[in-house]
Amino acid sequence: MRAGLYIHFPFCLKKCLYCDFNSTAWSGDELSGYVELLLREMELRHEALAEPVQTPTLYFGGGTPSLMAPELVGRLIEQAALRFGLEGDAEVTLEANPGTLTPERLSGYRAAGVNRLSLGIQSFEERLLQRLGRAHTVPQALAAFDQARRAGFDNVSIDLMHSLPGQSLDDWRAALGQGIALAPEHVSAYALSVEEGTPFERLYDRGELILPGEEEAARMFETTAELLTGAGYLHYEISNFGRPGRFSRHNQSYWSRLSYLGFGSGAHSFWNPDGLGRRWNNAADLDDYRAAITAHLLPEREPVELSLEDAVSESFFLGLRVLTGLELSPLKAAFGEEALAGRLAQVDELLRAGLLVADGERIRLADRSVIIANSIFSRFL
Amino acid sequence: MVLEHIRNFSIIAHIDHGKSTIADRLLEFTGALSAREKQDQFLDKMDLERERGITIKAQTVRLNYRADDGKDYILNLIDTPGHVDFTYEVSRSLTACEGGLLVVDASQGVEAQTLANVYLALDANLEVFVVLNKIDLPAAEPDRVKAEIEEIIGLDTHDAVLASAKEGIGTKEILEEIVKKIPPPQGDPNKPLKALLFDSWYDQYQGVIILVRIVDGIVKKGDKIQLMSNRKSYEVLKAGVFSPDMREVPALTAGEVGFIIAGIREVADAKVGDTVTLLHNPCDAALPGYKEVKPMVFSGLYPIDTSQYESLRDALAKLKLNDSSFSYDPETSLALGFGFRCGFLGLLHMEIIQERLEREFNLELITTAPTVVYRVHGTDGNMIHIQSANQLPQTQEIAYVEEPFILASIHVPNEFVGGILALCEEKRGVQREIKYLTPTRVMVVYELPLNEVVLDFYDRLKSITKGYASLDYELLDYRQSELVRLNIMINGEVVDALSLIIHKDKAYYRGRELVSKMKELIPRQMFEIAIQAAVGTKVIARETVKAMRKDVLAKCYGGDITRKRKLLEKQKEGKKRMKNVGNVELPQEAFLAILKVEG
Repeated sequence: MRAGLYIHFPFCLKKCLYCDFNSTAWSGDELSGYVELLLREMELRHEALAEPVQTPTLYFGGGTPSLMAPELVGRLIEQAALRFGLEGDAEVTLEANPGTLTPERLSGYRAAGVNRLSLGIQSFEERLLQRLGRAHTVPQALAAFDQARRAGFDNVSIDLMHSLPGQSLDDWRAALGQGIALAPEHVSAYALSVEEGTPFERLYDRGELILPGEEEAARMFETTAELLTGAGYLHYEISNFGRPGRFSRHNQSYWSRLSYLGFGSGAHSFWNPDGLGRRWNNAADLDDYRAAITAHLLPEREPVELSLEDAVSESFFLGLRVLTGLELSPLKAAFGEEALAGRLAQVDELLRAGLLVADGERIRLADRSVIIANSIFSRFL
Repeated sequence: MVLEHIRNFSIIAHIDHGKSTIADRLLEFTGALSAREKQDQFLDKMDLERERGITIKAQTVRLNYRADDGKDYILNLIDTPGHVDFTYEVSRSLTACEGGLLVVDASQGVEAQTLANVYLALDANLEVFVVLNKIDLPAAEPDRVKAEIEEIIGLDTHDAVLASAKEGIGTKEILEEIVKKIPPPQGDPNKPLKALLFDSWYDQYQGVIILVRIVDGIVKKGDKIQLMSNRKSYEVLKAGVFSPDMREVPALTAGEVGFIIAGIREVADAKVGDTVTLLHNPCDAALPGYKEVKPMVFSGLYPIDTSQYESLRDALAKLKLNDSSFSYDPETSLALGFGFRCGFLGLLHMEIIQERLEREFNLELITTAPTVVYRVHGTDGNMIHIQSANQLPQTQEIAYVEEPFILASIHVPNEFVGGILALCEEKRGVQREIKYLTPTRVMVVYELPLNEVVLDFYDRLKSITKGYASLDYELLDYRQSELVRLNIMINGEVVDALSLIIHKDKAYYRGRELVSKMKELIPRQMFEIAIQAAVGTKVIARETVKAMRKDVLAKCYGGDITRKRKLLEKQKEGKKRMKNVGNVELPQEAFLAILKVEG
């Protein structure tokens, strides 16, 4: 059984104003204790699995996993190799906040086995970073990218955000230009969204957070694709662009319904031995998570056994996120024509309307559909 | 009981001014509700009853009261509905009384809803006295409100009762005033039975229950009664009063109010305003004022989810059991599928039925714009009645069309007269009369085409007069008019459910306003949507709903697919309330957009 691994690190230097993620501001002493818990959870999972696992991708996400010292990251990679058969050419990604990096740390991560770095640059404008409540500065971001290269990272992704308060289309063009000038292998570009329970939501509700309008945001989205594809990046997923061969292998496994095992508080998992699959998430509360591990229990919460119906709808709404397209014949083979009938009729209707495009056996979102993908996906539920 | 000791009265009040609480206090004070039952029970129960099936029904309750003069009185409270569409029903209930309490909130003052019923009461020669309620509240301004009542309604308020139903203040004073101010009923128990049927409803165990006011004579169990409008006769199975529960009495005598159960199967046979007499000893003439109530406003009701058609049919049948004034017939629309053409007394009646269908029967409905009944005279000399634009024959087959006109009486404070006149003129009205009832209170009488009134007349009237106008109307006649069919096309296809019959001179303006309103109401979708208005084949207006620009999720963190699914499901849920016409999803409101168009 092949399965990606995701390791969640829920601590940050400080919480960004827009973030509704499972993360808390960091109090240093919890760190090594938390890594111990992760190691033990991997142990527990290993014991619980009925079959050995081969791991093509390992992803450290957060929170800010770059708050972990290289040796801790190294121990987790070793554990992954020992318990889950981390493959020799596995993609090992670390999400990193530029404010946490030094040349030494970067070299340390590289030496520990991290071979892909995802840098949370977000913006090249100081005022916007401050507005977002980010814990890093523009010079730190530029330095971090340069140091990563020097440390030997030849696969670096940068995260950039648009549709920010006070950001114009020209500002965003400039940001993309600066991003391209760094020549990363991969760019994740996404729009700010106001999420429940965040400080941004409160500001927004009070009318104190003015975001670009729909038209402006749409144009930022379109400009992203235009500039990045013009610079040689392939638009392979709604918010993701990569040089050929440098797409995020780990994230692609989400869209193609491959198994992945999540570790750490609030981490999500999907185990798909039968084509339908089972999803669950770990206890999100740190105390709850710690208590389970200490009691030698897997911290699984809210498990869902997917029905045929669920699996079919996921196959479409996840598969169509991948802009190279979704191959229908494997779905027909896996689920049977009958189970797909309603969706195939939907596909035909959308093809006729020009919102989907057929590419041989594959169907994909038409260029103009990418930006309204949700409306299309919701038809496949 | 001698007539001298009976008082029949009703309570007239704006919603929230305390009618229910006052009724509760009267019931408690007179012992009709025991202390044990005392928690605002009586009218809560009534409200629930209303929600369950007799929204537009009257209620009665008999109270026994020993007054300060040492005598025992029977006080019959007749609780009337209050609604312009039910003016006729209210007027019949009021005819059953000799007097009424006008309850006004001592801080809020006179509000529009009260006025129509006060005027009906005064028209019915009722003795009305004023009760100022909520007098205990810090915001109470009894002097200001009294002056307002004198000025707006013209009622003497110098001996108005100051009450707080909540605190139990003034209850006894109200009862004393009822005895003193309201005259006892008149009538002769020795004459042949003559009784006013002022409401009826259907009870699944006992059949139709009718409420009556005995004008002359006596009725008792075993009597053979006859309803004078349809000559149908029945044997009385039970006669009684509500005190407040149903209680049989040996007989109901002239001047009294009570119920009769006589094996009547349908409410349609027990019509409000009818006269009840004895089969073998009939009275000389029926009571005046009886009217056959017919639906005047029609609209199409369609389930959004086509699988709810059967449930809708069953629900309509159930409502019809209790409401003979409403009608329904199957209708098919190309755009909306199978539904029903329903007839109502007026717009509010329509809203009530619609709301009950949605709330009590869990149906999600599309309602088409209300229309009236037109008479279409064909070139072949035949005349047909039509209730929807889609029933209009081809132009070459029509000789001419007639539309119903009403006589509308609008009571309004004088400062709003100008606005009312402008509105009535705009609505193709013909002025009949402007009459000053008092120096500040004016009655404006207009002949108006009903089809203009059913669109947005009420809303306009309300906003022009800040809610201080009251409207009463009756059907006048049919008049020949230049009417055309206005079609709405979505992406080039005529949506039949949106077609309208309107006056030729209004077509251009209405068409333009309608498409612009529809543009606001139809959410952006994956495609550009063209909305056009056309008379015949001539397109007179066009608007475009641009394609949706952006609808996309941010990146997926850590493989949280479950959350993604939930977000998409939420989005899909929102679309369920829309009707897919062609490839366009139209929200419910779009079908009623015409109501939001001014002019």
